[in-house]
Order: sequence, then C-alpha cells, then structure tokens
Amino acid sequence: MKFGNKLRTIAVVAALSLAFAAAGCGGGGDSSGEAAPEASASAEEANLAITFLPKNLGNPYFDTSDKGGETAIKEFGGTYQEVGPAEATPDAQVSYINTLTQQQVGAIVISANDKQAVCDALTEARDAGAKVITFDSDTNPDCRDLYVNQATAEGIAKVQIDMIAEQIGDAGEIAILSASANATNQNAWIELMKKELANHPNIKLVDTVYGNDKDQESFDKTAALLQSHPDLKGIISPTTVGIAAAARYLSTSKAKGKVALTGLGTPNQMKEYVEDGTVKEFALWNPADLGYLAAYGAKAVITGEIKGNEGDKFTAGKLGEYTVGPDKTVVLGDPFKFNKENIDQFDF
Amino acid sequence: MASVTAPAPVPAPETKERRYLDYGQPLWRRVLLTREMAIIGLLIVVIIVASAVVPKFGTTVTLGFLFLDVTPILLIALPMTLVIITGEIDLSVASMVGLSSVIFGVVYQAGLSMPTAALAALVVGAVGGTINGLLVTAVGLPSLAVTIGTLALFRGLAVGILGTTAVTNFPRYWTQLAKDKIGDTGIPIVMILVAILAVIFAVVLHFTPFGRGIYAIGLSAEAAQFSGVRVKRTKLILFVVIGIISALAGIYYTLRFGSSRGDNATGMELQVIAAVLLGGVSIFGGRGALHGVIGGVLLIGVLASALRLANVTSDVINIITGVLLVLSVVSSSILAWVQSKRAKPGIPRRQTTDDAPTQGRETNEKGIT
Repeated sequence: MKFGNKLRTIAVVAALSLAFAAAGCGGGGDSSGEAAPEASASAEEANLAITFLPKNLGNPYFDTSDKGGETAIKEFGGTYQEVGPAEATPDAQVSYINTLTQQQVGAIVISANDKQAVCDALTEARDAGAKVITFDSDTNPDCRDLYVNQATAEGIAKVQIDMIAEQIGDAGEIAILSASANATNQNAWIELMKKELANHPNIKLVDTVYGNDKDQESFDKTAALLQSHPDLKGIISPTTVGIAAAARYLSTSKAKGKVALTGLGTPNQMKEYVEDGTVKEFALWNPADLGYLAAYGAKAVITGEIKGNEGDKFTAGKLGEYTVGPDKTVVLGDPFKFNKENIDQFDF
Repeated sequence: MASVTAPAPVPAPETKERRYLDYGQPLWRRVLLTREMAIIGLLIVVIIVASAVVPKFGTTVTLGFLFLDVTPILLIALPMTLVIITGEIDLSVASMVGLSSVIFGVVYQAGLSMPTAALAALVVGAVGGTINGLLVTAVGLPSLAVTIGTLALFRGLAVGILGTTAVTNFPRYWTQLAKDKIGDTGIPIVMILVAILAVIFAVVLHFTPFGRGIYAIGLSAEAAQFSGVRVKRTKLILFVVIGIISALAGIYYTLRFGSSRGDNATGMELQVIAAVLLGGVSIFGGRGALHGVIGGVLLIGVLASALRLANVTSDVINIITGVLLVLSVVSSSILAWVQSKRAKPGIPRRQTTDDAPTQGRETNEKGIT
C-alpha cells in the first residue's frame, strides 16, 4: 500500500503545479505584461511602454510619485506599468531590471536603492534598447539617460531660510535640528543655509544639534534647545524625522506658537501639527509632480526629442517646459511648500 | 532500523537467509519516490509550464539571470543542509555575507590586491564560523540563540565599518568575471564553482563516514556520541565551513553588484533556510538530501523568475513561495503520519501475509523508536 501513498504525493505535487499554472496564467493574462510588446507595435517606432521601478512597493511616497507618472503616461498615450521589490535592499531591483530588459520595455523609470548595484543591470537594459530615467535617487551618471532631480541643494536651502524668515519676522535667534553630524545631504544644505543667512543680517543661527534621525533623540534635542536658548525664535529641521519629533515636542510645550518650526517633512507626518497651529509651513517636493516629470522625460528620451545634452528642451504637459542641465539632469523646480490650505490634498 | 534487529517471527517455513533486500524497497522506488524527487519533479513541471505560458521565459537569457540570482543562496544552502541535518541552524549567514562583503571592499580600498581582499574576507568568514561553532559546542548554547546573536553582531560590524558609504571601484575584470557566461549557453561561469562545491558536499554528506555521522547526530546526538561519532568536532567543522562559504557568497555578491555595502544580502538567511526546508530537509535534523535542496533552491528561483516575467507583483510572489513552503512542510508531516500508520515493518515485502497480531506489535515497536 506504500505505493498508494506515493501516488498521493504525486497528486499533491500535481495540484501544486496546477495552482502555479493558474497563478501564472492569471498574472500574465490580466496585467499589462503582454501589453508591452503590443504597445510598441501600435505606437509605431516609439516604444512608449514605460515602467516605474520604485525603491520598494507599498511606500506612500512612491505610490504618489508613480501615480503622477501614470497620469502623464495616460496623457501622451503610452503604457504604464509599475513593478518593484517588497523591500528596499541594494540588490533587490536588479532582478526586476533584468526582467524588464527581457520584456523589452521602452523605458525604465527608477529610483535607485544603490548608486552602483543597479548599474550593470541598467547598462544591459540600455544595450537592449531600453531608455533609463532615474528620479528621486540617482545612479552613477553613466548608467542612465536622464536624471530627474526633485530639487537642487541651493533651492532646498533657500526655501527653508525664506520660510523661517517669514515666520519669525526676519529677526531673532534660530537653531538647526539636523540628522547625523556626518549626513552628507544635510551638511551640504546647512552650509548653503549659512550662506543664504548672509542676506538676513538680523537672523542669528545660535546652534546646530543632531537627532541622528531617531525620533526620541530628536525629541530630546528639541527640549534641550529650548532650555539652553530661551530667546529662540525658530527651528529649522531639514530632515523628516527631526521635524516630526520637534513638532511633537512643541505641540505639547509652552513654546507652541511662540517658537516657529519649519524644514523638510512629509504631509502625513505633519498634518496634525499644521492643523493645530504648531507648524505654519514646511517644504518638500511634490512627488506626484516628480513622477509626472519623470514620465515626460522618459517620453522625450524615447522619441529622441532630447538626447540628454545640456540645453536640450522638452515640454512636460501641465508643468511646462524644462531644460536639461549638466550631467544629463533635469530639476523639478523649487521645493513645494505645504501649509493649512493645501496639506489635505496629499497622502504620503 | 528496529525492524531489522527485531526478532520478528518469520512465518515462512523454509529456512532462507534473511537479507536486507527482502525487507527494503526496490532501488528505483527508494531513489525516485522520495520527497526530494517530488520537489525536482515539481521543478520540472514548473519549468515546462512556465516555458509554455510565460512569454520570454524559455530563453538562455532567463537561464543566465536565474543562475546569477540564485548563486549566493545555492552556495550557502549547501553547508546549511549539513548544519540543519545535525539538528542545528545558522541564522547569521546573511550577516556574514554583508560583513565579508564589507571586509572585501575595505581591504581592496586600502590598496591591497583583489586576491588578498578575497582571502581576508574568507578568513573573517572562518573566524565568524569558529565563534558560532565554539559557542555551540564548547559552551553548549543552542545554535538558534547563538546565531541570532551573531546575526546582529556581524551585521552591526558590517554597517559600523562602512557606515552608509559603499566601496564601488572594483576592477572591471573581476566584476565581469562574476557575470560572464560559458559560451552561448547562458550559464554563468560561476556555476562551475557551484557545481564543484555541490559535488564535494554531496560526496561528503552521502558517501563518507563523516556524512553518516551528520545524520546520526541529527537523529540522536547522544547515540551518535556512544557509537563513536565526534559530535562536537563535527558541529564545529560545519559551523566553520558555513562561515567560509558565506564569506565566499559575500565576495561573489560584492562582485556581481559591484558594490560593497554593510546592508548587502539583508534577510537572505530566511531565503536559504526556506529553500533547504522546501528541499525536504527536516528542521529537527537527521533527514534530508542534497539533491532535494538544490531542487528547492532552483524551484523558488524559477518560480520567482517566471512570476516576475508574468508581471506578478513581489507581494504575490512572496505569498506563493510562502504557501508552497507551508504546503510542502505540512504534506511531509501528513505523509509521514500516514506511512507510520500503514507501515508493516518486519514483514518481508515479497510475502503477502496478513498477520494482524504481528502487525500490531511491530507498529508499536516502531512507535517507541
């Protein structure tokens, strides 16, 4: 009777394979997988099958940006698709890039988890005819056709100084609550902010503290700042973790409404503090616009409208005309300011 | 084993010499009708179905990418199989991949040659494995606890050494070597190394006294000790070997992606263990075979590859892999239970007697062992 059991094993195996086959068919049938080659045929020469490859799926920031990309792609009649790994590990995107290479998509629009790890795979994709557009997070410049940058360091520094100046009446003591002491981005911004402060002689930067992008540390550092600088008028936190922690501290302290807080934050984190008056205005870029611009950038590269040379121009739908800068980079524009009037329109 | 040594009443009157062959199943049945072969069969079915259904699956390009993707998992799964068969586990392998990747990058960046950097990484792997091994054997701690500790320790060191930076300026010759294919076959050159190691591990596990000792330890460490197996030494050797192979996977990983980072291969330990268990190795030790594990690794790889090409999202791929794993574990438990109910040990298979009392006694005896 042992053989009967073995037959049962085989039956289980067969059932599993059938389950897989069903899943495989289902996946291939109802998704846009087979649409990719068809789209290339219908759009004649230009293959407008554009795939967004975010750092990971299920991330509200990329959900927003990719939705912006989808809107743009629908406007110009391309095929939109989004794939991505479940976790944002350095290598996780590689197998997706390889798959897209095989599927011969027109363009891959990627936010890279690692500058280098995806490079070879992207080069292979480009050798196979796909265009590569990076957005949000760049790769090494020789691995892609175009980089859509959300904001320049100068723009980010300027908008934060402008906001704090406006909120404290262009005079008084301010402090900066940054991420870690060796965070490259933050340090570059802080340097530029100091330069920008030269235009505001009555504002005095009294301290820079580091919350290491940890919620509790940032919270404690905010408390310490207020104690050691009783005349403090404003805090700038150029990091999303820092600004949220500082807002949480301020919203329950006596300093609420007296000490201004601004910096870089995400609407979902900051909504309650904007609504309760702790924070008037903060900045970040608009990810939906970023995705939208990246999609139009992809189209422009696919159709040959731009070659990636400095000075090339292309039109990005409702956003208007853009010019390619040095290093095959396009900048979205000035950071976007979030305040009571517009914060409800965002969900990321 | 009990069935052979048990003083079973032989109802047959003629005095025939009792041989193992009379009691065991025929060779073809023992080789083909196993858990391992079921996985390999499933793998073949999946490949055939995917080639027919999924566009662009049945190409040499797919094959090349597939092998590149599974190589680090395949490498670590080889020693992991041996470790799990002894009833131990090593959860620190992925952290060791990250640590060796960082050491490899840092040593190369310091101006030393690539082979020196690789050697340094392998030495770190051996040291890390020795730490695990000594804590498990000399101190006598459970490997689960020890390697959860070193999982955090090795990853912490890796991220601590390089921080958020990465070493990426590896020479083109070496990074290309990690991806080059054998002629037009689409099979990466690195698979030759994997194949050699697979053969070595298979021979050691299945055809040497050392390998039999590994199974004996997994079934009962005490019994193995009394029958002359050097339990602690065997386990220590296995932990050192798995450390070295993890470091080797770390070097490959670094070269393939051209990037040495502290967070490389995060979470890979679970992929390795999942593949090993899917391949029919018992988490309690004492059971499993290497061809099943290789089949398990490839099955997960092929499934992921085919589903990606069919535009199934990563979450669904994870769900399907998870369900497959649970089903395979559950099915083997159920089958084992059914077989233990129905087995008639002690009765020569070629004699169809229905001796009810004997059956009962023998089943009980098997239950005790």
